[in-house]
Amino acid sequence: MNLANMNLLTLSMLLPLLGTVALAFTPKTSVLLTKQIALATTVLVAVVGILMAINFDFKSPGFQFVESRPWVPAFGINYALGIDGIALVLILMSVLLTPIVVIAGWNESEGGRWSAKTFYSLILVLETMMIGVFASTDVFLFYVFFEAMLVPVYFLIGGFGSGERAAAAVKFLLYSLFGGLLMLASIIGIFVMSTRYGNRTFDITTLAGLHTVLTPMMENFLFLGFFIAFAIKAPLWPMHTWLPDAAKSATPGTSVLLLGVLDKVGTFGMIRYCLTLFPEASKTFTPLIITLAVISILYGAFLAIGAKDIKRLIAYTSISHFGFITMGIFAMTTQGLSGATLYMFNHGFSTAALFLVAGFMISRRNSSTIADFGGLQRVTPIMAWSFFIAGMSSLALPGLSSFVSEFLVLVGTFTRYPVAAVIATFGIVLAALYILIPVQRALHGPTTPGNENLTDLNLREKVAIAPVIAIIVVLGFYPSPILNIINPAATTVISQQGFTDPAPTISEGK
Amino acid sequence: MIDFVSPTLEYALLAPMLIVLAGALIGVLIEAFAPRSARASSQLFITLATLAISLASLIRVRNSASTTAAMESVTFDGAGMLLQASILVISIIAVLLLADQENFTALASTLPGSDEERTSLQKDLRVTEIYPLTLFAVAGMLLFPLATDLITLFVALEMLSLPLYLLAGLSRRRRLMSQEAALKYFLLGAFSSAFFLMGVAYLYGYSASTTFAGIHAAVIGSTGNDIYLLLGIAFLSIGLLFKVGAVPFHAWSPDVYQGAPTAVTAFMAAATKVAAFGAMLRIFYVSFAEAYWQWRPALIAIALITMVFGSLVAIAQRDVKRMLAYSSIAHAGFLLSGVIALNKTGLDASIFYLFAYGVATVGAFGVVTLVRDSAGEVTDLNRWSGLGKRSPWVATAFAGFLLAFAGIPLTSGFIGKFSIFSAAYESGSTAILITGVLSSAIAAFFYIRVIVLMFFKDPVEDGTSVVIPSIYTQITIVVSAVVTFALGIYPTPLIDFIQSTASFLR
Repeated sequence: MNLANMNLLTLSMLLPLLGTVALAFTPKTSVLLTKQIALATTVLVAVVGILMAINFDFKSPGFQFVESRPWVPAFGINYALGIDGIALVLILMSVLLTPIVVIAGWNESEGGRWSAKTFYSLILVLETMMIGVFASTDVFLFYVFFEAMLVPVYFLIGGFGSGERAAAAVKFLLYSLFGGLLMLASIIGIFVMSTRYGNRTFDITTLAGLHTVLTPMMENFLFLGFFIAFAIKAPLWPMHTWLPDAAKSATPGTSVLLLGVLDKVGTFGMIRYCLTLFPEASKTFTPLIITLAVISILYGAFLAIGAKDIKRLIAYTSISHFGFITMGIFAMTTQGLSGATLYMFNHGFSTAALFLVAGFMISRRNSSTIADFGGLQRVTPIMAWSFFIAGMSSLALPGLSSFVSEFLVLVGTFTRYPVAAVIATFGIVLAALYILIPVQRALHGPTTPGNENLTDLNLREKVAIAPVIAIIVVLGFYPSPILNIINPAATTVISQQGFTDPAPTISEGK
Repeated sequence: MIDFVSPTLEYALLAPMLIVLAGALIGVLIEAFAPRSARASSQLFITLATLAISLASLIRVRNSASTTAAMESVTFDGAGMLLQASILVISIIAVLLLADQENFTALASTLPGSDEERTSLQKDLRVTEIYPLTLFAVAGMLLFPLATDLITLFVALEMLSLPLYLLAGLSRRRRLMSQEAALKYFLLGAFSSAFFLMGVAYLYGYSASTTFAGIHAAVIGSTGNDIYLLLGIAFLSIGLLFKVGAVPFHAWSPDVYQGAPTAVTAFMAAATKVAAFGAMLRIFYVSFAEAYWQWRPALIAIALITMVFGSLVAIAQRDVKRMLAYSSIAHAGFLLSGVIALNKTGLDASIFYLFAYGVATVGAFGVVTLVRDSAGEVTDLNRWSGLGKRSPWVATAFAGFLLAFAGIPLTSGFIGKFSIFSAAYESGSTAILITGVLSSAIAAFFYIRVIVLMFFKDPVEDGTSVVIPSIYTQITIVVSAVVTFALGIYPTPLIDFIQSTASFLR
């Protein structure tokens, strides 16, 4: 049976929607059934995702599982899907993380304004859009998912978060909408330009040739519309201020999806749209972007060191990590790009691990202040070890998956921008600080009063965290399955638009 | 001495308008002769039937070739038919809101606060004149975008305006405010009509003709002094810009939106916009197109100011009707980019936008009629907080309309915004595109604030509640919501239809 003909992408987007429909017919009182339906749906989607990965032809660099139907032919808009290696990896990450989030956040919907039904419907709708945003090969379709995605996240933060959740949700939405509208201007620009030059289309492959006819000025403007939107999404200093608030206020599960998946749309967009559509403008702006990325790496790290709140801490570490990813992308080397993509995948899981364990800790202690924890290693060893491993993954300890990606990014950047790479390396040192300080405070030392009777992880929590840690460890020793998927796509992006890897600068025997 | 030639009238083509006028006259007769108790239901039936028959007759003539009728004072073409159809559809769903008599004064002639008023309320009297008045206004609106003669255009303008002035003053609660709104609307409307007529005079002086075709010919054959053309366009535009509520001719709209009975506001906000923009598109596309370098810079400036001003001032509003009024000003700015675009895509986009925006507007005001306390509608936004908790469906519907106004994908507003801005940009106006998206971002702020209020704030305990909607209001809201989302998810049929149909006969 040829799975490639089965429209697996559409299927994987349809399943969560069907789950939502099923939820609509579930009585409000049967919360357990609601959760079971949500879990079953997300697991099913994950299975479809894995099927896709198995049937993916690693050697072929183009789009696979391609589907295309006219949507609004008058504007040349198609419902066009297809994935290359980069998109596949990110979809895989999304569909694996969603069921984990559902299991880990089994009771998250309880503190909310609305019923569990609403909570899981929003998660499922969000999953559809997460897949759609990575799978679109039509710029307009991508934009639709990119923007529509904000609505469920907005309600997830504002409706089910804690603390200043409404304010955080609004901040998130306004930042994102602002970026999105700038991108809309660029999309209209692309639309008009592609019409003017004879081919009214939103197809990404066709549009990749558009830059040859644009004036540099025009290309720069169109590039900026996209880039600012993406830089807000995968927050780059100075557009990051919404993230810590959103991450602090959202439930841990929502934060995982927000930082793990949604923000990756930004970095993914930089690769798929900025580099591919506007290669010349990308080159023009690279010095600026690399600078911002380096600032983000250091700035995020410093803020993380000073953070007193465990959720804010994780958000700040992510700002630092997104700096690495952006740097890897705009280094415009195959290694940098592969590393950045692998980094996105790994960051998804290591952040998920951190957030989920932090969520377990917070739910036990009813506090997210780091100072309230202490000596957890003795009271709750399994929880403490999970946090430790997640933390080590975040600081890219060799043997854990993030080490590979961080190394690749630094090496890839060094060949072209040695100074930036060297400065960014300090980020690793700072990472040791921002992870080891909370590890020491929360896990080691004497048990803080009030923590003596905390219970260790229960079975459900273990089931949720185990696969994440497994992925972190296994990919740390053996990253090639994922790298094999990424590399051909990364090579294509780099070579297609005339970027070349710099030649080795040291040649022997000369 | 010229022989008088009796005018020829193409009744088949004029039928949609004539039917509405006939329906209005029947309504007047019912007012005069039918017993009071039977009026409300029969009027509603007559009105709906009239609009439906008119729509049917419009569909029947849809394939006839573009032509002028009634001695070239009216033109039938694809764009005109589409605009007429939009007006009729919007009117039908808006009339259903009128059916909820709670909005209207018992007896318009009584002084507010007088004993007479109290007696009329006790007797449970009902104003049923609203239905024929609405039909008269609809007839004017149907004529407005078809008129190709300045005199006919003016007659249509007055025909649609006068009933609206009256309707605006018929609110049941806060009658003084309502009457003030009506008077304000009337005075400023009369003022703008004067400007309009002045423009007509100048254009006649310039071209020795009152027909659009005649003016067009004069513009093409222009050899020198265009000052009369310029003055004519300027004054005529003032009249039209007043009707669409563009800055700086917008001053009436917040007060009138707020003071008028909400059902009337819904009808006025949605249908008038379609008619007025329809007329504006026609005269600018048909008559003034070749002189675009003379009026376009000014119109671009007005569009930019309108977008920014409407979005900015809306932020400060504490009253939902005033907020929607300023939002409609901002949307008038967006719609002006369709006029400025001056190309086929601009025309298509404008028609789509007008229809989508009109439907969502009626739906949004439909929701506003539902939120009440013992003293009538509650329009103070603070008291809307927690609405999502008390009546999730009503709040969700309202949120949906707001998202459509904000232009979030998967709603009709997004497709509208995309197409109208791309048309403007295609015609070379980068300023419109940039200012458009930026003011959309500002506008998103206050739409979202209302959503926050409804969903993320706790309800205030002051007796504000959502009444169980009558079946008519339910139909209005549900139809508007379905259309809004359907046009966002799959707009292709309508876009294709507009694209293949919309054109102006020159």
